[in-house]
Amino acid sequence: MRGLAVFISDIRNCKSKEAEVKRINKELANIRSKFKGDKALDGYSKKKYVCKLLFIFLLGHDIDFGHMEAVNLLSSNKYTEKQIGYLFISVLVNSNSDLISLINNGIKNDLASRNPTFMNLALHCIANVGSREMAEAFASQIPSILVAGDTMDSVKQSAALCLLRLNRTSPDLVPMGEWTARVVHLLNDQHLGVVTAATSLITTLAQKSPEDFRTSISLAVARLSRIVTSASIDLQDYTYYFVAAPWLSVKLLRLLQCYPPPEDAALRSRLTECLETILNKAQEPPKSKKVQHSNAKNAVLFEAIALIIHHDSEPTLLVRACNQLGQFLQHRETNLRYLALESMCTLASSEFSHEAVKTHIDTVINALKTERDVSVRQRAVDLLYAMCDRSNSKQIVAEMLSYLENADYSIREEIVLKVAILAEKYAVDYTWYVDTILNLIRIAGDHVSEEVWYRVIQIVINQDDVQGYAAKTVFEALQTPACHENLLKVGGYILGEFGNLIAGDPRSSPLVQFNLLHSKFHLCSVPTRALLLSAYIKFINLFPEVKPTIQDVLRSDSQLRNADVELQQRAIEYLRLSCIASTDILATVLEEMPPFPERESSILAKLKKKKGPGKVPDMDEARWNVNGNTEHSENTEPTNKSSPPSLVADLLPTNRPRPASYSPTILSAGNMAPSHPFTDLLNMNSSPAAGASLLVDVLFVCKNNGVIFENQLLQIGLKSEYRQNLGRIYVFYGNKTSSQFLSFSSSVTSSDTLKTHILPLLRLLLTDLSLNVHTMPVDPTVEGGAQLQQILNIECLSDFSDTPVLNVQFRYGGTLQNIAVKLPVMLNKFFQPTEMTSEDFFQRWKQLGVPQQEVQTIFKAQHPMDTDVTNAKILGFGVALLSGVDPNPANFVGAGVIHTKNTQVGCLLRLEPNPQAEMYRLTLRTSRESVSQRLCDLLSEQF
Amino acid sequence: MGYEPSLNLDCQNEDTEQQIIRETFHLVSKRDENVCNFLEGGMLIGGSDYKLIYRHYATLYFVFCVDSSESELGILDLIQVFVETLDKCFENVCELDLIFHVDKVHNILAEMVMGGMVLETNMNEIIMQVDAQNKMEKSETFIFQSTRQDR
Repeated sequence: MRGLAVFISDIRNCKSKEAEVKRINKELANIRSKFKGDKALDGYSKKKYVCKLLFIFLLGHDIDFGHMEAVNLLSSNKYTEKQIGYLFISVLVNSNSDLISLINNGIKNDLASRNPTFMNLALHCIANVGSREMAEAFASQIPSILVAGDTMDSVKQSAALCLLRLNRTSPDLVPMGEWTARVVHLLNDQHLGVVTAATSLITTLAQKSPEDFRTSISLAVARLSRIVTSASIDLQDYTYYFVAAPWLSVKLLRLLQCYPPPEDAALRSRLTECLETILNKAQEPPKSKKVQHSNAKNAVLFEAIALIIHHDSEPTLLVRACNQLGQFLQHRETNLRYLALESMCTLASSEFSHEAVKTHIDTVINALKTERDVSVRQRAVDLLYAMCDRSNSKQIVAEMLSYLENADYSIREEIVLKVAILAEKYAVDYTWYVDTILNLIRIAGDHVSEEVWYRVIQIVINQDDVQGYAAKTVFEALQTPACHENLLKVGGYILGEFGNLIAGDPRSSPLVQFNLLHSKFHLCSVPTRALLLSAYIKFINLFPEVKPTIQDVLRSDSQLRNADVELQQRAIEYLRLSCIASTDILATVLEEMPPFPERESSILAKLKKKKGPGKVPDMDEARWNVNGNTEHSENTEPTNKSSPPSLVADLLPTNRPRPASYSPTILSAGNMAPSHPFTDLLNMNSSPAAGASLLVDVLFVCKNNGVIFENQLLQIGLKSEYRQNLGRIYVFYGNKTSSQFLSFSSSVTSSDTLKTHILPLLRLLLTDLSLNVHTMPVDPTVEGGAQLQQILNIECLSDFSDTPVLNVQFRYGGTLQNIAVKLPVMLNKFFQPTEMTSEDFFQRWKQLGVPQQEVQTIFKAQHPMDTDVTNAKILGFGVALLSGVDPNPANFVGAGVIHTKNTQVGCLLRLEPNPQAEMYRLTLRTSRESVSQRLCDLLSEQF
Repeated sequence: MGYEPSLNLDCQNEDTEQQIIRETFHLVSKRDENVCNFLEGGMLIGGSDYKLIYRHYATLYFVFCVDSSESELGILDLIQVFVETLDKCFENVCELDLIFHVDKVHNILAEMVMGGMVLETNMNEIIMQVDAQNKMEKSETFIFQSTRQDR
């Protein structure tokens, strides 16, 4: 087509963009006039003009005509015209509904033509366009072309891929049927091109309905085995640079990744043999120095390794795979280093190879420092993240932090998230965590997203032991003249809450703290200023001595008349509050923030979102749980998953004072009831009952049923059952008299006896007084001699040490009776026993080696020291009794997990009796200090 | 500079297509030699779900954009097969061949990749098909060649 060549030359000779556009517009006008002209164009001219349009389109210009001519060409019976017509339609996909039926008609004719070239053109067009209209028209026809005995090989290839394409774009339109079984047999086809195309198709179909294509496993293994082990002669021309059918091998290995390892032993060993052969070949000297040879060989090798990792069942293969990848980590080819890092990332999550992957840590860290290519460095970061565990977390976090200083801007935010997650997850002591996050803000403050600094505040608030350290550290960090605004946010918040913990030091006296914060006030954004104003009002509560100074600041025009409404309102309200509220009210309103409910780390959620589902390597929950640090593990509560409460709502001080129901102090103030249960007990008319109920604590630690209260009038019995963090108590009230109890009512108070900042610990739902809700009288009575049953549902939200109190009220003989009984709901009720081996036990025991995690007590035996009784008590306590663990058989060893709504706390205990001295030594280790202490208190009273 | 879109991307919009080409060129052309041949796709292409796999031959970049269902090294080899095939079909292929015979390049590519999926990898098979097409073309051209001035 000389005209086309001349046109292209003209375009190439254009000196400027304008000249090019001019030339193109001239040509478009010319073509338009030819198409509109009276004279009918011959096929050759049409072809030429359509080709020109195609070229113009590929240069990046819009083409809005010519489709009709293309359809004419496509319907021609000359090959060259047909081909250009199809090409134009395929490239300029246009869902022009007027034409689609014409196009479809042309395709239909070609599919029926039995001319393989025409059939192929038609199939290509369907696959390239892949529209729904085409799927509707042809999806049912293509399977029969694919499996028909007389179809040419090249057509079969196209038909297989065409079907695959339609299955991807409109899966609902591709009918499954008897053809599926015959498709599987294409794996045996003589023509390797057909097999390759069929394997692609089967892989996609098998992912959707694995059962229908299960027979493909044996055929795929057989085919693979023939390729891998045979000499290359019988492979037609599919040997590529001395590698036998590399693409087909890759596809077959991909197909096998849709399934678990074959169950059939012979098949399985044949597959293992294939994989071993592939691994062996990697060690052989190369048959060619060309990069194509090693590329093809390694493409197969990487796919084999992917299959080994997918099966995750053959430790020897896994370790070999890991070693092979280890070699590649140091290979001179960048591509191989990249792929090795990527594959190792998945390998790190296998329990068989996690340790083996860890041995390459130095190489990976080196890659992070020396690789020239950002894509490779990115993979190294991913791998470090995946291989991180408790043993190497400090090193990895430190390396990531130092890399962050020079990291590409494009990946900084992701590294920040990863460091924040690792620091939190593997923090043995939270001081390290606080240091790490403050470093993050220092190094890459701009890339520290809100989630990260929200999280550090959540953790500091929830971990009592780190608050003083955090206050001290942020105070010091704030001394730097140019600190990042994010640091100021964290600093303002933490000093506002816990500044009192460091106020004793004259160098960080209240006034110094305030001046430090306020010196940065004018340089920061409105949200940060708003946060600082809240910190100031908190200071007024914490440090009465700085009240006048802060009031002066609030009173200044720059605050009270600030142009920003939020700032102005805060200044006015806080100033007013500080003037009129009494110290008590101020203390209540500005009380320390209660702990945040535990939930999935928002940072992890963000990383998942950033990387897309499935892209964040599983951090091996099991391993994590063993370490006892489950506090931040995924929350399994479905309600929390579906609607995670807004972090901002929790954190931003605008929400204070919190709704009454959230704050225990406000709640009790509203009730105006003395919350100490013992005062109630002393007010009771029946003194023996008071004594009995005091013992409830001790008696019911290891048992769930029995009578908890009895006097001349009333007997209260219990049956209780517990599962994980939930409990149900059936309470039976027996009227021992012959007269009625009138106005019988009961309630449960679970307020903490100490004035703590903890959320309501037990949620007690009183379902009803009688079992039948509908017949429940408004003014209930209990007949003489009758029994009333009540069900209490209990949910343990967090670990607790207070015992809930059951209050019963009724009239008997004209007198109002008030009875308060402790309900035997203790922390140990939420135990689930855990069986483990001696090795596991000691490993975990060592992991819980921080001094605060262990509580030990030595006490005198209160009861005869009987082994069976002790065994029964420990079992009743809720843990599993582990025999053969302690080298001394006289000792008792137990393990269990306390389930609360938000966390699970692993617990190990050891009881050592000393019969001569009639003493016991009890040692408990859990990941939480408060839990260890409470359990120790409960159990030590039992013996 | 050349660019081979083997895109199985459902972008019907020409502007987006041009943007993708520009972005890809921008990403690929600034890379050094000896860095790796894979990179995560730009924002338009679909982020980290797609990879760009490219090879650099003299003044030309051949870039394939693939999803996770393809082997990276396999695609790298496929590019090599494509270039070797072009070389055989055009006898010492150069940039100008690709520019002046866009349709032919598309046809050769169509023998290897179809609807974004790898169709054939055997070079001899591909060349056989292309030769058959050329033969058909020649027979038709011989009969229908126009003698008019060809503009």
